[in-house]
Amino acid sequence: MSTHTLGVLVSNKPGVLTRISALFSRRGFNIDSLAVGPTERPEISRMTVVASVEDDSALEQIVKQLNKLIEVRKVLELGSNIVCREMVLVKVRADVNTRSQIIDVVNLFRGKAVDVSPESITIEATGSTEKLAALLEMLSPHGIQELVQSGQVALGRGARTLADNKSK
Amino acid sequence: MSDAKGQMLTGAQALVESLELAGVEVAFGIPGGAILPAYDPLFDSKIRHILVRHEQGAGHAAEGYAMVSGRVGVCIATSGPGATNLVTPIGNAYMDSTPLVAITGQVNSTAIGTDAFQEADIRGIVMPITKHSFLIKRTEDIPLAIKEAFHIASTGRPGPVLVDIAKDALAGSAIFKWPRELDLPGYKPTLKPHARQIKAAARMIEQSRRPVLYIGGGVVKAQAFDELAQLVEKTRIPVVTTLMARGAFPDSHELHLGMPGMHGTVAAVGALQKSDLIIAVGTRFDDRVTGRLDSFAPNAKVIHADIDPAEIGKNRAVDIPIVGDCRATLAGLVEQIGVPPQADEWRVEVGRAKARYQPKWEEAPDGRLSPQEVIQRIGQISPDDTVFVTGVGQHQMWASHFLPHERPMSWLNSGGAGTMGFCVPAAMGAKVAEPDRVVWGIDGDGCFQMTSQELVTCALNKIPIKIAIINNNVLGMVRQWQKLFYDERYSHTDLSTEHLPNFPMLAEAMGCVGMRATNEAEMDECINRALEINDRPVVIEFVVNKDAMVWPMVPAGVSNDEILVARNMAPKWEDEL
Repeated sequence: MSTHTLGVLVSNKPGVLTRISALFSRRGFNIDSLAVGPTERPEISRMTVVASVEDDSALEQIVKQLNKLIEVRKVLELGSNIVCREMVLVKVRADVNTRSQIIDVVNLFRGKAVDVSPESITIEATGSTEKLAALLEMLSPHGIQELVQSGQVALGRGARTLADNKSK
Repeated sequence: MSDAKGQMLTGAQALVESLELAGVEVAFGIPGGAILPAYDPLFDSKIRHILVRHEQGAGHAAEGYAMVSGRVGVCIATSGPGATNLVTPIGNAYMDSTPLVAITGQVNSTAIGTDAFQEADIRGIVMPITKHSFLIKRTEDIPLAIKEAFHIASTGRPGPVLVDIAKDALAGSAIFKWPRELDLPGYKPTLKPHARQIKAAARMIEQSRRPVLYIGGGVVKAQAFDELAQLVEKTRIPVVTTLMARGAFPDSHELHLGMPGMHGTVAAVGALQKSDLIIAVGTRFDDRVTGRLDSFAPNAKVIHADIDPAEIGKNRAVDIPIVGDCRATLAGLVEQIGVPPQADEWRVEVGRAKARYQPKWEEAPDGRLSPQEVIQRIGQISPDDTVFVTGVGQHQMWASHFLPHERPMSWLNSGGAGTMGFCVPAAMGAKVAEPDRVVWGIDGDGCFQMTSQELVTCALNKIPIKIAIINNNVLGMVRQWQKLFYDERYSHTDLSTEHLPNFPMLAEAMGCVGMRATNEAEMDECINRALEINDRPVVIEFVVNKDAMVWPMVPAGVSNDEILVARNMAPKWEDEL
């Protein structure tokens, strides 16, 4: 299995997210994560899909099937020369004795505390999947009470944009 | 209505006006609560609306209309159960790439999501089985949605499009504007094949020694019949036509090897297996054609041309992909191929298999009619331009083998979905599109009972189709599998149609002429009489042998090398191919 990140530009119309997730489920494609949000153009939304595939032909099918959706404007496998980020909010058990240790760890990962209470501290951090996993591993001895993680978002490096690519 | 541009129209009027502007001449449907506003202006429209007895019939009729005419078929239903009854024909049209626009009423936009009376999320339900779907909640959005729906349904790889319209959008008013432009930035089907790919394919064809043209339904959709004939004349490459492409190339041509696949001819199946180059055009390497993929045509290179890039490489790895319209692709190949491949030996080889293993049948031991004989006889007696429509099962396979497939767009059946009940309503739709041609439905006794009520529609609307019920009392194809693979344990496949229904009486009750044939003399007499009747539908029940089986057959899940020409009887490959 290999993991691939797809950038997908779609028309910002109701139901488009359903179409894409329904396509993945119907065709038996595995999605690791899916993130969607507005872009610089209000009529277009951008999705970042992280998918695991057995081989190249499975990846090719995903791209081709996505392209068949009328509301999908562009699909590109982003390759490895990309910036990709996820975000995590995590609530950790913390008291006066442990709080500063936790903040030290969080600073190492360039995260920040966004809420604090006598028994807990809530951390915000962004980064790659691996970095966030490492952070969570460091925090877990303190007792992770709750966490929420976003899907991955990604942009290609350099001046080229997804819209510049001829893919459809 | 005419010239409504710039006028204030209700959504319902705008819908009917848009349908007229889209070129719709015929629609099949049933009114109901949510679609009711649309039926008021439809009453005055020049569009011929045919009131069916069940929405499934409307959908299949629209498919039959589309398949025989090449135009977009239209069906209309109300919300909830009306819409869900369209699910089967929509799914069928999706599998067979038939251009269809289904229009459904939806509950008021303010009631959507409240489980209102007759509410169903039909757009969500059909999402995986439509090319595209619209939910229209605003009156002013109706014309653009209709224009886009017809464009999407009929271009690229054709398919079904649903337009679900909320009742308040139909009831509301807006200035009518027929859009000049479409708003489909993500939809640009590739029509023109890449010249480099065509050239590469031409070189590969020239160098092949055992080539086969594997022709699918895409060639019918593209109406690329002349181009295909030219390519065969120029290259002398043997041809196989899939179930969806029967008639795309004449059966009587010496290089036509018949249908490939699970019930294909030995020559067609064998030629693909032993070929060194498969030129697949408008087809999708369906499992019913390939059998076990890993042993399908093991030594063949593959040129795969299709308008849908997602079909290329989906099932079988491809050496030269060509994305584009089949017609342009075939024309391009005709132009680019210089010398025909040296395939004299190959033609002799496949020709020998074709001569030796023609599909045939054994006479029924009990003296009953053989179903194959009945079907062949209908083909022999009927005019050359007859349209043949079938249901799904044994009779469909026999009709594929034993009818004369000489003309394109004269053979309608449910291929990908295998929808029993397709025959009667699809025949109705075909006859509406082509009223001057004879339309025969070849149906099974099981299939017929699923949608026979549309014969009432045919009788009332003067749509004189002819239905041959090949009555073997059983769900024959399922029974064949039980016989071969389930120790002859015939679990729930006996329909007892020798007792009920009385088909000729049922036919008469529905306003048709009903007949029954039990021997050869009656068979000819009934077929001839049916061909003389043109003022109402005819139904003939042919009482046939229930043990007849479809041969050849490749059992499911094995290699196509394991094809059997009769029970426990394999062809002799060493001698033949």
